Amino acid sequence: MTEEKKPYRWGMVIDLDRCTGCEACVVACHAENNIRISGQDEASQGRAVNWIRIERYWEGTYPNVSAKFMPVLCQHCGNAPCEPVCPVYASYHTPDGLNAQVYNRCIGVRYCGNNCPYIARQFNWFDPHWDPPLQEQLNPDVTVRQNGIMEKCTFCVQRIRKAKEQAESEGRRVRDGDVVPACVQSCPTSALVFGDRNDPDSQVSAMARNDRGFRLLESLGTDPAITYLKRLS
Amino acid sequence: MRESAWNEMPAINRDLLAPLSEITRPYLVFVAVLTAVVAVGAGVWVYQIETGIGQTNMHPPVFWSAYIASFVYWIGVSHSGTFISGVLRLTKAEWRRPVTRIAELMTIISVMIAGLCVFFHLGRVWRWYYLLPYPNQREIWPDFRSPLMWDATAVFTYATASAIYLYLPLIPDFALARDHVRGWRQRLYAILCLGWKGSQQEWETLNTAIRIITPLIVMVMVSVHSIVGWDFGMSLVPGWHTSIIAPYFVVGAVHSGLGMVAVGLYVVRRTYRLESYIRPEHFDKLGKLLIVTTLTLAYLYFADQLTVWYGKRPDEMAILHSLVTGPYAVPFWTMIVLIYVCPLALLTLPSFRTWPAGMLLLGIGINIGMYVERVLIIVPPLTHPRLTYQWSEYFPAWTELIILTGAFALAVLMYALLAKFVPLISIWEEKEGRLHVAS
Repeated sequence: MTEEKKPYRWGMVIDLDRCTGCEACVVACHAENNIRISGQDEASQGRAVNWIRIERYWEGTYPNVSAKFMPVLCQHCGNAPCEPVCPVYASYHTPDGLNAQVYNRCIGVRYCGNNCPYIARQFNWFDPHWDPPLQEQLNPDVTVRQNGIMEKCTFCVQRIRKAKEQAESEGRRVRDGDVVPACVQSCPTSALVFGDRNDPDSQVSAMARNDRGFRLLESLGTDPAITYLKRLS
Repeated sequence: MRESAWNEMPAINRDLLAPLSEITRPYLVFVAVLTAVVAVGAGVWVYQIETGIGQTNMHPPVFWSAYIASFVYWIGVSHSGTFISGVLRLTKAEWRRPVTRIAELMTIISVMIAGLCVFFHLGRVWRWYYLLPYPNQREIWPDFRSPLMWDATAVFTYATASAIYLYLPLIPDFALARDHVRGWRQRLYAILCLGWKGSQQEWETLNTAIRIITPLIVMVMVSVHSIVGWDFGMSLVPGWHTSIIAPYFVVGAVHSGLGMVAVGLYVVRRTYRLESYIRPEHFDKLGKLLIVTTLTLAYLYFADQLTVWYGKRPDEMAILHSLVTGPYAVPFWTMIVLIYVCPLALLTLPSFRTWPAGMLLLGIGINIGMYVERVLIIVPPLTHPRLTYQWSEYFPAWTELIILTGAFALAVLMYALLAKFVPLISIWEEKEGRLHVAS
């Protein structure tokens, strides 16, 4: 296989020691991926749609409490529990190692949502809604999802696609740093790093070899594409 | 002896065909009320489709809830017919004769209602046909790796087989009805009885056909509810992912099904004054079967929960705690009393088993308990995922409750309408039984 044709394996490293819980990634993801605005009512029903969320856990007892933050998004598992349970192939694995969701195929049985141990999958309980003037900034590269279907983080597949097309037209592989998902781009502390895990020299591969590395609920055998780096303090 | 048995035949024909033509005022009122409830349910369903599945109280990670619980429940009820009539036919139990038809009709109706519950549940119900393996330009088929496709296949097989199984013993009864009614119904029964004349050859063919399909349908019954269990067992969800779930579901289904048969027997007996056909001894036999299912179910449930409790794995313990002492404690203990304690305490009293009204109440109790049990299998594991940040609670919304009430009313309505069309007790088998006793 020539170097250019070798498949990519997109992955991410999240350094929990650098995450401040600012949620800039959440906002950037909403803007980039046309994620509906849930509002107070839906959020209080537990239906706030976020492709990436900051899970907040408290440690210690008052007054000596500290908050721990953990960004959780679709782990793009190599052995994804959501994929085989879909009766209509709406959830499937791309050759690049992404868990893709085919919106047009989804009929909303929601088995994938149950079977995802990371609760990464988000459902459209109603037709989407944006408070004006937010509807003016919808991203033309991303589908707007209708009522009744499942959606989730795509690793900003539209950006991956663009970088791959550019690279192909120039007869080369995608270079490290060419693809920057919205959450990675917006992280002020660079806690999130994205890249090709098949390239041993990429920043993401180098960081994933860190001693602090672990993968979320790894014992389930889901083979997540995201490596977390443990907090130091 | 045989003489007197033969002399009973005209009376049996009269008694058992009478419900077909008798239409009383209370019956019409009952049908009208049920139709109204069904209409309200249908209206709310349309509203849910128009506005979105968000009209329910589901939220991540509770992606399945009352609709799927109802699906499991109705599939369970549908096991009454096949279990009672299939297993009892196989074992040649004489007491099955007045029970089989009542139970088989329940089977076919509840399978249909179960199918309907899946449609309530779908996010884009208007795209349901993606589940069918039909040829299309993009050459995409459904994914048979998904337990939901096994389920769809199994339920479809079960519905088809139960329809055949209901129909075969109906042929001689349709022929009898053809000879006893007038007007358009006579022409209809003439078509449905396939020109049955009652020759020796026809009886032999019919008996062979029944002998072939009976063991097959019992196997299909076991497989169907196993597969319904595997919808949960194949997942990674703690509390669902257990190998005992398939046999547990099968026994649970038979448990609720038998309870429903007790209700059906009582109602048919009371409504059509069939006290001389459906006798206390039938309730007694049914009660004994219910003791077997109660004990088996309790054993399986205990084995499962003991393993969870002793293992002390935190993800599963959270669910057990939520049931025993947590937010689901009230429904949990109600369920334990209704499906284990009450049946065991009451049915072991011989005098209770021969008391039809008591069996009716017990049957209702078991069914309420088993419905709660279905909800408790589905909801608490989903509200307690491994990532504790996402823990939540769930109670059905009014839309869910109204739609499901409509579905229940539809089941009763279909039964009430079929009672005017199908003899509720298999006439020829009843006669056969009388001759057996006489000779």
